[in-house]
Amino acid sequence: MEAAKALREDTFPKLLARNARVRGARPAIRHKDLGIWQTWSWAEVYETVRALAVGYRALGLERGDTIAIVGANRPKLYWSMMAAQMLGAIPVPVYADAVADEMAYVLEHAQVKLAAVQDQEQVDKILSIADRLHYLKFIAYDWERGLRDYDHTRLKPINELIAEGRGLLKDPAIASALDESIAAGVGADISVILYTSGTTGRSKGVMLSAERCINAATDSVKFDRLNDHDEVLAYLPLAWVGDHYMNYAQGLVAGYCMSCPESADTVQQDLREIGPTFYFAPPRVFENLLTRVMIRMEDASALKRKMFHYFIGIAKQYGEKILNGESVPLAGQLLYGLGNLLVYAPLKNVLGFSRMRVGYTAGEAIGPELFSFYRSLGLNLKQLYGQTEAFLYVTVQPDGQIRADTVGPLAPNVEVKISEEGEVLFKSPGMFLGYFRDDERTHETLTPDGFIKTGDAGFFEPQSGHLKIIDRAKDVGKMANGDLFPPKYVENKLKFFPNIKEAVAFGDTRDFVTCFLNIDITAVGNWAERNNVVYASYQELAGHPLVYDMIASHVDEVNRLLAAEPMMAGAQIKRFLILHKELDADDGELTRTQKVRRGFIAERYAPLIDALYNGSSEADISTEVTFEDGRKGTISARVKVRDCTLVPVSAHNKAA
Amino acid sequence: MDASVHHKTSTLAKGDTLLAVDNVSLAFGGVKAITDVSFDIKKGEIRAIIGPNGAGKTSMLNVINGFYHPQQGRITFKGETRQKMRPYVAASQGIARTFQNVALFKGMTTLDNIMAGRSLKMNSNLFWQLWRHGPAMREEVEHRRVVEEIIDFLEIQAIRKTPVGKLPYGLQKRVELGRALAMEPELLLLDEPMAGMNLEEKEDMSRFIVDVNTQYGTTIALIEHDIGVVMDLSDRVVVLEYGRKIADGTPDHVKNDQTVIDAYLGVPH
Repeated sequence: MEAAKALREDTFPKLLARNARVRGARPAIRHKDLGIWQTWSWAEVYETVRALAVGYRALGLERGDTIAIVGANRPKLYWSMMAAQMLGAIPVPVYADAVADEMAYVLEHAQVKLAAVQDQEQVDKILSIADRLHYLKFIAYDWERGLRDYDHTRLKPINELIAEGRGLLKDPAIASALDESIAAGVGADISVILYTSGTTGRSKGVMLSAERCINAATDSVKFDRLNDHDEVLAYLPLAWVGDHYMNYAQGLVAGYCMSCPESADTVQQDLREIGPTFYFAPPRVFENLLTRVMIRMEDASALKRKMFHYFIGIAKQYGEKILNGESVPLAGQLLYGLGNLLVYAPLKNVLGFSRMRVGYTAGEAIGPELFSFYRSLGLNLKQLYGQTEAFLYVTVQPDGQIRADTVGPLAPNVEVKISEEGEVLFKSPGMFLGYFRDDERTHETLTPDGFIKTGDAGFFEPQSGHLKIIDRAKDVGKMANGDLFPPKYVENKLKFFPNIKEAVAFGDTRDFVTCFLNIDITAVGNWAERNNVVYASYQELAGHPLVYDMIASHVDEVNRLLAAEPMMAGAQIKRFLILHKELDADDGELTRTQKVRRGFIAERYAPLIDALYNGSSEADISTEVTFEDGRKGTISARVKVRDCTLVPVSAHNKAA
Repeated sequence: MDASVHHKTSTLAKGDTLLAVDNVSLAFGGVKAITDVSFDIKKGEIRAIIGPNGAGKTSMLNVINGFYHPQQGRITFKGETRQKMRPYVAASQGIARTFQNVALFKGMTTLDNIMAGRSLKMNSNLFWQLWRHGPAMREEVEHRRVVEEIIDFLEIQAIRKTPVGKLPYGLQKRVELGRALAMEPELLLLDEPMAGMNLEEKEDMSRFIVDVNTQYGTTIALIEHDIGVVMDLSDRVVVLEYGRKIADGTPDHVKNDQTVIDAYLGVPH
């Protein structure tokens, strides 16, 4: 057994044991509880996870079994993953906000025997679908509130499991059986099954092996020079590959500390208190932050406002150059230094970015202005492109090669091909073993020579070797006259305006392009306040004529931008409407990772699409909505349609 | 919240009479707000007081916590009978309440507002409190722990340091509940805890009320107009009309009482 230990750690439990040995006293995980950050060292975590593993073992969890992990980022749920892996069982993290039906599908498909859940809400949800879960034997829960009087024949607090495990571990036979179980784990074992969010149909269980996960994480830890003095805030959904990668896998490989927020609503404050050195957020988060900063600056005193805008101008001029190590005139350097003292550093402090060394964004295109705003403040924000099937990284931007419009060159040890149809294909160190219990779709996803099809259309930029992603391959369409129609490309241009939260473009096989828009209630609400626009609800604000005017000016601006690109000029938006409700994952309109499900939306709002194309100026729509508790209701509205100005390509080019 | 759960605990905790109202009458000049009303509240139950507008519900709560003094009748709390009592005394005996219109310190943070609910429990003298040292510090740490548990319980961590005046109404109501809980009351009086809330806020509040009842064993008397909520939450219901009691019993009993239907509920739907 000592010999096994001496070998390279090829499973996460072995890495945990190594961390406990090598850096036992260093912090491994923090959680803010009752307003105070509680910290556990690697040695403490190792001891606790061992106890928990024995506790789960006593409940009947064995090698090869699956255990669902449902809830927010809380230490005991992460420990449940580690404990399961110690036993050779496979954790299956599930999106905590999934409605009962979605959860029933995943839990049953994954054949979970146990479920480790956060609180009463999740227990209730699982109990409500228990008759559909044929494999589920037992539920362990973290937060005990409200559960005291439940029938506890199939229910137990995780705390009790840990306490029982500690008791059992006093028996040397049990302790050594656990050691053997840890040692028996090999790199080829399935380490975790991550269910994809299901942009297309039912979600698929991506099986990842321990060794490949660790290889991939080792590469990226080296790439960004992460070490055990780094800190991250774990606030992304457990079921999402990004959390499992950045916090769990990289954390165990590099030995850094992950902090769990007090609650989902306190993330912003917790971020500020922890000041992570490594940070990941989807573009949406950066966008919301910027919107909030700008709104608050509008409320600041005239002097502060002037100072802010002046130095943000300076940052725009010199900030990115300084970050990229290019030469900047002395005056510029001095002004930037002063700006840092007066504006950038305090701003970064408020946002919780003071200590950020490496920041990533991915998942959606990020607006160039947004991206360079953060970079000009001196934040090393970069982009990556990845997939659950790759165990994240496919391409990544190294320091010094940062661009807003590409996703960077290949990540270490990754191979990429572009198929004849323009689809991006890859092989990566972390690539998946297949979809759990779904050979058919595994075969569909793999090419005969072992590459994974991403489903994204993209190309390499010849000069730089950076990959550019245009859209989902199957979404790129052709208009009736043969012009290219890349919906996401158009939608992203629209979404770069802070007032537009979501856009859904239509145009495939049609004569012209149209779109649905969602306004951003924070930004537009603030604008309304300033312009004396009175409204009582989202629906009312969205239908307001002045809001329509403002949004129409944004759409015209997008048309001008599109007209400037010969390939995209045909995709200008001729007509648009603002939807009466926000697109919502609970209604199936967005995926759990907030991507629009275009086909579903087109079906659901068919009368509105007809109105966009038949020339009418308004249309009635009534849609079913699902409330958080699963009840259903209907929203009816009359939605107005607006025409936009198309920019003739030739005229624009002349003007330019 | 699972109805069976809460029924089970209430039978467990059902026991002695915590508060008895005997033949209470209250008048403001010629206006009779309450006429000869009697009912009791048993320890551990959720007791609802319902009735049309102006039926005397809030007056009843005000009588219970000593804000109004009834002209006739007696109130027995924890075996002690009284006719007149000051709100301060009621509070120190373990009666806490929230108000129909939120009555918080708008300029103070959530944390400070809830901390204010602890003031009756602070023992150290002014000298130490001024210096915030020695016993005062130790005491404050202990109170802060209790307050943090309440903040955790009500899931208001994100607004811990936000001035309550800036908060939306639903959250202010929650903070007010928090301040009442900080007194660790034996009897909690809630005056329309869900007035002006949307469906989601109502559900949250209902859950908190049931949780307070099961977890802390707090006896609750509540006034509420949302009949669905009342019937789901409460163990027993008193119905008032024009200051008189017209019915008293379990939700099912009250719901089917013809007088109540005529006076308040209207045609069942």
